[in-house]
Parts: sequence; C-alpha cells; structure tokens
Amino acid sequence: MSYEVVIGLEVHLQLKTKTKAFCACSTEFGKEPNTQVCPVCLGFPGSLPVFNKTVLDYAIKVALALNCKVQEYTKFDRKNYFYPDLPKNYQISQFDLPLSSNGFIDIVSEGIEKRIGITRVHIEEDAGKLIHQDDLSLIDFNRTGIPLLEIVSEPDISSAQESHDYLSTLKNILEYLDVSDCDMEKGTLRCDANISLRPIGSKNLGVKTELKNMNSFKGVKDALNYEIQRQSALLDLNEALTQETRLWDPKASKTFTMRTKEGAKDYRYFPEPDLPPFIIKVDKISEIKASIPELPKEKMQRFISDYGISEYDSKVLVASKRDAFFAEECIKAYPNKDKKAIVNWFIGPLLSEANNRAKALADLGISIENLLSLVTFVEREEISHLSAKAVLTEVLDSAKSPEEIIREKNLIQVSDSGAIKNIMEEVIKENAKSVLDYKAGKSNALMFLVGQVMRKSGGKTNPKIVQELLKTRLGDA
Amino acid sequence: MELNNLTAHELIQKINNKETTPQDIVASLHKRIKEKDAQVKAYVRSDELIDPTHIAGIPVSIKDNICTDGYNTECCSKVLEGFKPPYNATVIEKIKAAGHSFLGLKLNMDEFAFGSSTENSHFGPTHNPWNLNCVPGGSSGGSAASVAADEAIWALGSDTGGSIRQPASFCGIVGLKPTYGRVSRFGLIAFASSLDQIGPLTKDVRDAALLTNIISGHDANDSTSINCAIPDFTKSLINDVHSLKIGIPKEYFVEGLDPEVKKVAEESIEKLKNLGAQFKEVSLPHTEYAVPVYYIIATAEASSNLARFDGVQYGFRADSSNLIEMYKKTRAQGFGEEVKRRILLGTFALSHGYYDAYYLKALKVRTLIKQDFDNVFKDFDCIITPTSPTAAFEIGEKTDDPLKMYLSDIYTISANLAGIPAISLPCGFTKKGLPVGLQVLGKHLDEEMLFRVAYTYEQNTEWHKMKPKL
Repeated sequence: MSYEVVIGLEVHLQLKTKTKAFCACSTEFGKEPNTQVCPVCLGFPGSLPVFNKTVLDYAIKVALALNCKVQEYTKFDRKNYFYPDLPKNYQISQFDLPLSSNGFIDIVSEGIEKRIGITRVHIEEDAGKLIHQDDLSLIDFNRTGIPLLEIVSEPDISSAQESHDYLSTLKNILEYLDVSDCDMEKGTLRCDANISLRPIGSKNLGVKTELKNMNSFKGVKDALNYEIQRQSALLDLNEALTQETRLWDPKASKTFTMRTKEGAKDYRYFPEPDLPPFIIKVDKISEIKASIPELPKEKMQRFISDYGISEYDSKVLVASKRDAFFAEECIKAYPNKDKKAIVNWFIGPLLSEANNRAKALADLGISIENLLSLVTFVEREEISHLSAKAVLTEVLDSAKSPEEIIREKNLIQVSDSGAIKNIMEEVIKENAKSVLDYKAGKSNALMFLVGQVMRKSGGKTNPKIVQELLKTRLGDA
Repeated sequence: MELNNLTAHELIQKINNKETTPQDIVASLHKRIKEKDAQVKAYVRSDELIDPTHIAGIPVSIKDNICTDGYNTECCSKVLEGFKPPYNATVIEKIKAAGHSFLGLKLNMDEFAFGSSTENSHFGPTHNPWNLNCVPGGSSGGSAASVAADEAIWALGSDTGGSIRQPASFCGIVGLKPTYGRVSRFGLIAFASSLDQIGPLTKDVRDAALLTNIISGHDANDSTSINCAIPDFTKSLINDVHSLKIGIPKEYFVEGLDPEVKKVAEESIEKLKNLGAQFKEVSLPHTEYAVPVYYIIATAEASSNLARFDGVQYGFRADSSNLIEMYKKTRAQGFGEEVKRRILLGTFALSHGYYDAYYLKALKVRTLIKQDFDNVFKDFDCIITPTSPTAAFEIGEKTDDPLKMYLSDIYTISANLAGIPAISLPCGFTKKGLPVGLQVLGKHLDEEMLFRVAYTYEQNTEWHKMKPKL
C-alpha cells in the first residue's frame, strides 16, 4: 500500500550576536570549556537574566523574512526540566505568546513550487554541552545562554526530498539575513522532524514519530527515508505505531527509540517572572523590515530580468549568498550591456573550477579585474575559448594575472591568414578523406578540419577565421 | 549607653562628631552577639565571629539569602552548604557605595524564606528577644531579632508575603517592604520572583528612611527594577498627618484577629485620629483570596527557582552512583520539610491539566486584588491594618499545622500581590508583653506617605523606645 507522508520540521538556529541572550558573555565558538561563563548563564543563585536587545532585532528580521506576523505583545516563559547541561533546570523560552507566527516560505522541489507554512518563530536560550569520558560526564557551559530561534514548520512537507529542499531554502534565506552561521556541523543550525504516514486520501493524521540527532541535511533526508520505510512496513502489516521520539544513528543508518509518549515530559511552562513582557512597536517592525536585504527569491528574479540570466542559472547563482554577491559585482563591473558573456563565464568555467576545487565561487580567489581582463581577451578574439579556460586554471593556481600568463605562454591567437593558410594546407594534405567528405556534403567534416588546424597551431588560431578560410579554400578547389 | 543600642542615625552623628568609629561599632556589636546570641540565635554559623574584611560607616546585618561576595550565603539550607557567591547583591554594592559596610555574619531565616516563624531554618530557630520561648516571626526572623536585641544596628531582610513586616511586628521594630521594583533583586536568592523585595528592618522610622535611600534605585541587572527618580525619603519624615485620608479595610477586622491585637490597633488608629488624620472604613473585597492566590503563585515560582539546587555546580551534593540518584538524594537530603512541601505544591499548580484551574486563575485573582487597592487609593492616601492577626506565638505552636502558620501572613500578603509598599511599626504590647505592629500600606511608589504617617505616629508615641530585657 502507498501512503501519504506528513512531515513538519523544527529548526533551532543559533544567532550570531556578540554576547549571549541574557548576559554579557561572549558567544565565540571553540573556546576552552567553561571560559565564556558568568553567574547569570551558570544560573548561580541570586543572578538575574537581562535580555540582549540585538537578539530581538535578529529574531524579528528572521520572522519577517519568513513572512510571519510579529506579535506586538510578547513574553518569555520558563520551560522546566532537569538536565545537567541546563544550569537553572529551566530554559527561558516562549510558549503561548511567541514572537511571531503564521508565516511561510516557497520552495521548489523536484521542479514543483510549493508553499510551506511556518507555524511560529520564537526566541529561547541554548543549553550547555555534555562531554562523556569513560565513566565521567563533564559539562561545558560555554554554549549555555546563546540565543536560539526555534523555527517550526507546518506539517506541509510530504517527502524526505521536500524536507531537504525546505531546509536548503530556509538556510539560504537565513544566510542572506546574516544573523547566523547556519552550520549544521557546528550545531549552529539543528533540525528535528515530526513524521507520520496515512493512507492516501485519509483525513486523519497517523501516529507521529519525532526524529532527533540528525547532523546534516543529508542526515535529515536519510532519517526520514528510513522512517518512511519503517512506518509503511509496519502499517502494511496492520501493526500499530507508537507515538515516540527516535534518534537517528548515522553509522547504522537507522532510527532507535529514545522515549515513548508515556515518557513524554510535562514542561510546566509559566511566564518568566524575571523578565517583564514587552511591547514591540510598529515603528520598530517597519524599521527592521526596511533593513532586510534582498532575499534569494527576489535576487533570482532580478538576475533573470536585469541580466537576462536563465531561471536555472539564476537559481544556481543565488544558492549561495556570497557567490551571488560576487557574481553580481562582476556582472555589474562588466562594461557591455549584454551580460551574456560574463554570465556564461560564471555558469561555465568558473562553476566547474569551483566544483573541481570543492570551493565556493566567491572563494576561488580570482579578482574582478582578472576575470574581466580574461573575458576581454576572449571577446577581442585575442585568445581562444580553449586557451582561456587553461588561463583561468592557471590564474587560480598561481595568482598571476591573465595577461602575464597569456604573454608567457604566447597564447595570442594567430589571426594572420598567411600563417593560418600554411597550416591549413598541411591539414588538407593529411586529411584527404575528410576533404572529400566535406565536398560530398558532410558539413561535420569541416568542423573536424577546423579542429585539426586548431590543434596544429596549439589552439592559437582563431577558429572563425580558420573556418572562413577553409570554406573558401575548399570551395575553390 | 553602649554603641550597639543606638540607631544608625545616632551613630552617624557620633562618627561625624568623632565620638566613635565604625571599628568601635563593630566591636560593640561583636561583644553583644557573644553575650546574647546564644539565647537569641539571630545569626547563623556564628561559632566564630568573622571580622569583616571591610569596615566603614554603620555596619548592616544581612539576611542569609542576600549574596555577599566571599561570605557564606546559604538561605539557611543544607542544600547551599558552603556556598560563597563570587559576587555581591546590588544592595550590598549600594551599601558600600554609600560608605557603609556589612557584618560578615549572616542572619537566620526560614529556609529559602519559606515560613513565618524562622523555625524552618536548617540551623534551628531564632528566639524572640521579648520572650525567648516565642518565635521572632519570619522569614526574616534573624533580621528582626538581631535589631530588637541590639545585636544589629540595622538589617536587611526580604519580604515575599510579609517576611519583613511580620517579624518586625513580632519583635517591636520597624520594617518596610518597598514597592516591587524599587530595590534591585539582583543577588537576592529568589523565592518567588514576582513577589520578592529586599527591605530594611530598623529601630526607628528615620533609620528605615535612611536605609531605603541607600538601597533603592534602578539596576540594569534586574529587568524588573523600576527606572524612576528616587526621592530623599528623610524629607518625608514630617510630623504631621493632618487631614490625611486613611482607609481601614473592613475585611481585616474579622474573625481570626486576636482581640488584644485588635484593641492595640484601634488605639493606634485613635491616636492618629487625634493627630488630625481622617479615617474611614473601606473595602478590599478580594482579601479572602489573597492567601490561596499567594500560595499558588509563590510556590509555583519557587518550584522553578529552586530547581537549580541539584548538586551539580555548588552547595551540597549527596553521594550517589548516577545522575537521577544524585538529583533525588541531593534534594531529599538538602531541603527541609517546608521547602519540599512548597516545591510539591508549586509543581502541582503548574502541571499539565491543572495550570488553568490553579496558576492561571490565581494570576487573574491577583489582578483583582491589585484593582481593589487601586480603587481605594483613588480616594485615600494610605490604608492602615494590624501587621499580623496575632502577636508572636510560641516556638513549636504552629509547626504541625502549616495552614494555621500561613494565616499569620494574611494581612501582609496582599501588598506583595499588588506590588505596593507597606511598613510595619511598633504600636503597643499585649498583656504578656509581646509587641504588636501596625501596618501602613501605600500607593505604588509612594513610600513617602508611609514614612510620613509612620514618623508622625512614632514621634507621638514611645513604643519604639522600648527594649526587651535580655
């Protein structure tokens, strides 16, 4: 039997404020354990939290970018549970009056555009880290109190691939906002998933499983695919599913039960009495709204309309904020009105260099000047496309300018017809069959002959001129 | 006269006149503590007198739940055994900034301020200097008893539901609970965050005004502290209540009020009437809900505030073989009976399925109680009531009956729920010679009115000059 898959994702995002959410400790990553702490984030008796207002600004920015409605009246609540990485044994979070709700983002998954609802975006504080060594458990409180946003999606996602595409789109937007490192490996972006299956057409939701411990987008996808198989197998056998929390084990590529519904926690939420509720003024919301940069979707549309870049290519370029900014800088600096040539450089040689080197476009290290100079050489037909690609590789490897390399390697194209004609005569002699083919009407044969001339000249002949000369020569013959 | 018997303002005069020094005052207090504290037990961990590392001005004695950098601060609980905070409470910093200092010894209290008699201390009860068989009230019983016994010049306590005013009343001294937010709570180990306030316990009204001047003010470290100008409260020490309108809430003079206390309170009201104040009966209709509302909100907040005492980072940790066992044993052995009772009550009130019926409803009634006061204060300058329905009771008398004990705060709790200021001042004695306190409640941020009424009453009576025989 086939089932409809219902998935909702819960993303935790660390905000990259300089200081923690409720104290003045630094948020810097990777410091010696327990060096970024103070009585407040350690929850020492008598200490009190003071809200870092930058967190609010960042949070509103994210909420607005995700098309959420920002509440004017909001407050913090305490989520009570005992765990050694949580020094107060409660987490300052938001419960019934979250900062914002009712948003959405549009994703494209397997070619189909889809709108995924955002239930809510709220602010909370991060917990510390437990480090288990033999029979000891150590706690690093450096992370305790770092501001987090919880971004909860509606259960609008219907496949593992869609989950992956939702996360990529979300991460892409968040990167543009510049409020988080969005790094799943460092844990600055984390994702839990709720998944249930139901017979196609059924209106009732199936029994859901909460999945945790996915450390990459691929992990999320793999865990969900595993879970879809596991749940459908059970449903096929008419076996009842239990509502439970399961952990993804990437090594075993399986999920395991962590706790069942019976073990579900009662967090005893109540309003945080140490932090008064606060009003967010409409002015503040519009001010932050005005500060939101162009987001990937808008940028993509603009790339299409302003630069005539194809939808596919635009999408490739905006997929990384830094790449998109680098590309646009180059495109703007390119003097011609028709941007096709420079765009093709990005979509073609630059992207393939980036892929070969497993680097972002923006990290390739080529300067705008060098890139434009290289493009200009090609446009003036001073060097061939083929040589240009080789020059690019060398520019990236050596940090020399294209001019230097072209001069050193003597790559300027031979456009002098006399020199070309000599090579051409040799080629005609050596490839009598192709000449006959061409004369018999096989136009491919001409291209072959052009290629042979190019090869003999070490790529330095101008293929257009060679083609013209060959046509004339063979037509004459 | 011994230095320790004097008020702070008298001693400030003497220091200014070069008749004494802060060192002499500390020595005089230490002598008195050595002589009398074995009976009173106002201070804790006092086997050895600690010489304060810093002596200046008039030393303030500090309740054991206010953080003092490098000095034990244990809330009189085993669970905080040995805890020396690496920071001062804001009030301590303010005391130092004002040129004063604090005594290194800390004052006894009900464990985590949960109680009305100081019998719930891990260190055992404090005794009332007026009758050593009686309780000093609580939870700031050590603060009140130390001042009454002249073992302290002045003291700081904390008041969540009457914990400054009721012991001040039982010990015949002055105690003020400031407006919520007037004094920073940073460094006060929280009982119920939305109700707690630090305040002074002093020998007279002038000292209360002086100490309130010192500790008041906005603090960026406490988001609930109010950002407003602080008046000089000594300017409110005006001997005049002429034509002030004072309300007498009818709900406070009902069954449960000890007839002797009632008589003393009525005589005090008569006194103020003769001094020109105008009295009228008023109604605070939701008074009867104050105690139940308080015991839901206060315990709910406390259940969460006290969750951090788990043996992980500081204080007591029970021997155990795994995490859950450590939590359970540490808290089972570290907390006393009353603390456990209130944690359970508060945990229950916040539990899924009960939250709306208890906690949420309590919040709503709290708003109604606040509105009761707002309505009365539209027409009245202040409200006067007895501070507690009885004078000090005997040690052990109510320990088996928590409900009876909770009723000792029936007149003081509403001020905390409403966030308004209230002062208790001595207004007479029972036949057995136990002090009775008069409570004046004022508008939000109107401590000035309280000081004026209290000062006028004090200037025209002798009660505050009476000393217990020890």
